[in-house]
Amino acid sequence: MADQAEFAELAMPFMSGLYAAALRMTRNPSDAEDLVQETYLRAYRGFNGFKAGTNLKAWLYKILTNTFINTYRAKQRRPQQETLDDVEDFYLYRRIGGLEAVDAERGPEAEVLDSMPDASIKEALEDLPEQFRMAVLLADVEGFSYKEIAEIMDVPIGTVMSRLHRGRKQLQTRLWDLATERGLVPSGSTPAGK
Amino acid sequence: MDCDGAIHRVYHYLDGEMTVWKRRAIKRHLDDCPPCAEGFEFEIEIRRVIAVSCAEEAPAALRHRIGEALGLE
Repeated sequence: MADQAEFAELAMPFMSGLYAAALRMTRNPSDAEDLVQETYLRAYRGFNGFKAGTNLKAWLYKILTNTFINTYRAKQRRPQQETLDDVEDFYLYRRIGGLEAVDAERGPEAEVLDSMPDASIKEALEDLPEQFRMAVLLADVEGFSYKEIAEIMDVPIGTVMSRLHRGRKQLQTRLWDLATERGLVPSGSTPAGK
Repeated sequence: MDCDGAIHRVYHYLDGEMTVWKRRAIKRHLDDCPPCAEGFEFEIEIRRVIAVSCAEEAPAALRHRIGEALGLE
């Protein structure tokens, strides 16, 4: 079947990215595998409806997102995390000492980031409330544009921007908490009044 | 464009979702303001670190299962 071979050739290269997204959504490797498999089956069944030349990657992530919402989310119930409003711009940068220490030749800021274990960063992302997590994941890990994310999540672009904005800031507060918990930043380095 | 104006628009700027005029205004500010420029660099670095940390390889068993389910193997 020509269609089948064509689908495989076009869609299989996205599997690792889809699996990474599925892991952050479900937070569980076995659910993530099931979610990716289900996504491929649904995409294959619907492949006739896919218009050649349009965005296959975004189409696959939309199927992944819908499948997650319809099938897996019900069992993902966690206590609703509080969402922080009004996190300041450059939250993490200020905390780590940027803007305050302009005379430093090469600030230690980037080193703090590099010293964070992958597991901590994944944990910080997975701690975000679902809507924020998906927006940040699609933009910052998968590199989708606002318009593509709006189509994938089926929300207006303004909603995408607001979720991204708040999600990224909240992620920075989580990264800061993790960095201090793990002693990656010297205690007492927080600039006063911030 | 002052520091607050530039910092407030950091995400739109880095996302490449802004008019060419606004982009230029921010770029001019960053050229004149090393602390802001460094902060923008830091935001780029955060993204890079997140993207790298969250990358995963699909397990071989999953690849095999999907191939089978699609009748490829």
